[in-house]
Amino acid sequence: MSSTMNTVGRPTAPNPVDHDYKHPTLTGGRGLLQDEKLIFELDGWDKTGVDLPEPSADGSDLGDLARAAPIGLPGLSEPEAMRHYVRLSQKNHAIDLALYPLGSCTMKHNPRLNEKMARIPGFSDIHPLQPQSTVQGALELMDQLAHWLKTLTGMPAVALSPKAGAHGELCGLMAIRAAHQAKGEHTQRRKVLVPTSAHGTNPATAAFVGYQVVEVAQTDDGRVDVADLAAKLGPDVAAIMVTNPNTCGLFERDILEISRLTHEAGAYFYCDGANFNAIVGRVRPGDLGVDAMHINLHKTFSTPHGGGGPGAGPVVLSEALAPFAPAPWVVDDGKGFKLVEFEEGEADQAFGRLCAFHGQMGMYVRALSYMMSHGSDGLRQVAEDAVLNANYIKARLSDVMSAAFPDGPCMHEALFDDEWLKGTEVTTLDFAKAMIDEGFHPMTMYFPLVVHGAMLIEPTETESKQELDRFIEALRALAGAAKAGDVERFKGAPFHAPLRRLDETRAARAPRLRWTVPEGSNRAAE
Amino acid sequence: MRYLPLTPDDRTAMLAAIGAKSVDDLFVDVPAAARRDGFVDLPRVAGELEVERALSALAAKNTPAGSVPFFCGAGAYKHHVPATVDHIIQRSEFLTSYTPYQPEIAQGTLQVLFEFQSQVAALTGMDVANASLYDGSTAMAEAVQMACRVTRRNKAVISGGVHPHYVRSTETVVHAVGIETVRQQIAVDAEADVIPAIDKDTACVVVQTPNVFGTATDVAKIAEAAQAAGALLVVVVTEAVSLGLLKSPGEMGADIVAAEGQSIGNALNFGGPYVGLFACREKLVRQMPGRLCGETVDADGERGFVLTLSTREQHIRRDKATSNICTNSGLCCLAFSIHMSLLGEAGLRRLARLNHQQALKVRDAVAALPGVEVLTPRFFNEFAVRLPVNAAEAVERMAEGGVLGGVPFSRLEPGAGMDDVLLICATEVTSDDDIAILAKALGAVL
Repeated sequence: MSSTMNTVGRPTAPNPVDHDYKHPTLTGGRGLLQDEKLIFELDGWDKTGVDLPEPSADGSDLGDLARAAPIGLPGLSEPEAMRHYVRLSQKNHAIDLALYPLGSCTMKHNPRLNEKMARIPGFSDIHPLQPQSTVQGALELMDQLAHWLKTLTGMPAVALSPKAGAHGELCGLMAIRAAHQAKGEHTQRRKVLVPTSAHGTNPATAAFVGYQVVEVAQTDDGRVDVADLAAKLGPDVAAIMVTNPNTCGLFERDILEISRLTHEAGAYFYCDGANFNAIVGRVRPGDLGVDAMHINLHKTFSTPHGGGGPGAGPVVLSEALAPFAPAPWVVDDGKGFKLVEFEEGEADQAFGRLCAFHGQMGMYVRALSYMMSHGSDGLRQVAEDAVLNANYIKARLSDVMSAAFPDGPCMHEALFDDEWLKGTEVTTLDFAKAMIDEGFHPMTMYFPLVVHGAMLIEPTETESKQELDRFIEALRALAGAAKAGDVERFKGAPFHAPLRRLDETRAARAPRLRWTVPEGSNRAAE
Repeated sequence: MRYLPLTPDDRTAMLAAIGAKSVDDLFVDVPAAARRDGFVDLPRVAGELEVERALSALAAKNTPAGSVPFFCGAGAYKHHVPATVDHIIQRSEFLTSYTPYQPEIAQGTLQVLFEFQSQVAALTGMDVANASLYDGSTAMAEAVQMACRVTRRNKAVISGGVHPHYVRSTETVVHAVGIETVRQQIAVDAEADVIPAIDKDTACVVVQTPNVFGTATDVAKIAEAAQAAGALLVVVVTEAVSLGLLKSPGEMGADIVAAEGQSIGNALNFGGPYVGLFACREKLVRQMPGRLCGETVDADGERGFVLTLSTREQHIRRDKATSNICTNSGLCCLAFSIHMSLLGEAGLRRLARLNHQQALKVRDAVAALPGVEVLTPRFFNEFAVRLPVNAAEAVERMAEGGVLGGVPFSRLEPGAGMDDVLLICATEVTSDDDIAILAKALGAVL
């Protein structure tokens, strides 16, 4: 059979070659996926991609302080830089590409309106130490953001400045510490109770602030063991740190009892608000007896994750803790907005300052833009759809995978264990890597620690039913393959990613943490 | 709602698949007393146009640095950022990805981090750098704690030239863990005052160069004194561009560098998000806080990058971790890295000289004003002056006239007896016209 040809002999249909044969390319290239060297390997030692006037100053007035030796920074012209980073970008999975169901991370759509708003020069191009008379709109925005956060959580105060969730935890525990100090109880209250299912940041933060971490057991249905908590509460306990909804994706049914017992013991209730997105608009943490809770603006309020930050972690505070909030904060004194920047006057009980300036303004703008867009009705729908999507996944996968807590609904994330993989030789890690080949980012694996081989799936509310069905069918097909003994598919996965599995042991054994001049290169002789 | 894809029919079908009558069935675990039926008391859903109008109205009440002659520094710097930087960081694959937990599909982010670490190490003159911390001030707090871990000592001696907000941020955190801090008298040019304060309990000495008054100092002697006493030298840098002109902390013997990287690639943003640069000597790396990216190979032997040495970190070590930090400043370090790649060494050096040149011009212009005394002897792009009037009032009055003429020192440290001290900064964006306007405006308020 001959190929179809056009009038100049160009084939217009594929050659009828019968093959499954895949040959390696001659250069190592793979179609659209470009191999890309390090910037240090592009021979740009004398290049620059910026045009600046030649200055008259040469630094000779600085004498020995001037930097004489080569710095070792390569440059790229603008087209080379663009290509370098675009090539690299194509090796990343992203929310905008496909479902990114990392449990506990809340990878939801990032509206571009928020990006546009954050880049208005009136927000992006203002200096933290300009006269306050020239930044009244920025202070008003902080005041509005504070109003939204306080109203949504039912809490009377908020410290905006913490720069991430873990920084917020630090803020909350410092406020708690200051409150105990004010009552003269700090030296006796040395313990912080943390459930075994907690995020690693909880015990790390408590230890960081000098507390002794005591673990609280978990019940068989994935909640805090209230009896164990009650037994461990006492005059030596400063606080409990409980995530609600918890890291198993479950609402702590006994939350009111937990807060009552905590307060009765003279301790404070720190709530890890990483999962606030499951209840926003439906439940106010203030109604649960929470004393402090950080809000990850990059989770619930969709400021972009940016490859690992920057985040933002404002902390809402109860009446009892509000006086100890760190500087700075914004007040409206009737004549205008004012920053309270020092621990004096109205702020004389503030526990100090957590960072140089006023926190993550760029994230405040994005979060407020997101909140205003949704409104109170939209935010309630956010929680409902997030929970609905997770329950839908749980319902449609529970016959082929084992739900860690099958009874009752989950909240915004569905948790499976590896019971269903027993006897297949496939591990949770293998299963996750095979998902990469199917075009999905794996779920959070092996967390929470209380569930063996955990797979924590958080779809978020911004996934359509069509995308969820596509994801569910892919996981069902993979589960079928695992049970049918198609082990190779899993053990070697991923096969279709930019790289195969990476050797983490090797990376840690002899760490190479920066580029260095290769031995024998001309540059080494300089 | 435009961000929510589910239709009412989808919801009905999904509830049926779950076996729930209504979405309320999914919230049964919430105690009845805490359930809220109606909407909270906040405005309802708003279209793009409405939100854009409301936020633009707030933005319009601020005076952007680029709209007026502008001379504020003191830890945050107005530099020109090439258009390419903002374009690249808004690519979906960088903006909407997360921590590279699955390195096979995150090599873009990981290679950027490896390049970033390499650039920061070169810039600071140190052996290794991490994948960034929140900002310079939190990096300083981490550096002090790291020094205490390394030396098993419990005291930090802090120079009087360190940015007061950095000192306060550090003290807040380290005092909570029982670390003692000894801060030297605030002074424009007295970094060497830390030397007599070093004793056998000193874990580290913290000096900033250029310091908050702009004074640049060779800290080699301080490094020697600290190290001779078994202590570490922590060098703080708030203006990263200065390292294109000034000798690096590494060349002067620093053990740890805690720096603010905002100047390169990042906008002022009213103070955040910024990017904390953190670098140290090789032998200290296992006590370092924060994420580290390292080189390795994949199953086929191809070079690749992964997060490494995570046994230092909270998700593995929990209460035994070196820090509680979980994120880095990902997108800001990407912006830093792109801008640095565009500059290259040649561009960085030229940029630094331009900054220095413009600052020298500003100094000459204000030094000629009657009653103005320049206090800073050697500087990069900012310096302090003593005015014959209250500096905060002078700044307010200049602002009324449309000139943002600097930062009064009292804004950073009230009660230091320096109410007449003004910090003035110039960068490559400062034009000669701006300088003439400043001289006139400052002259008019004296």
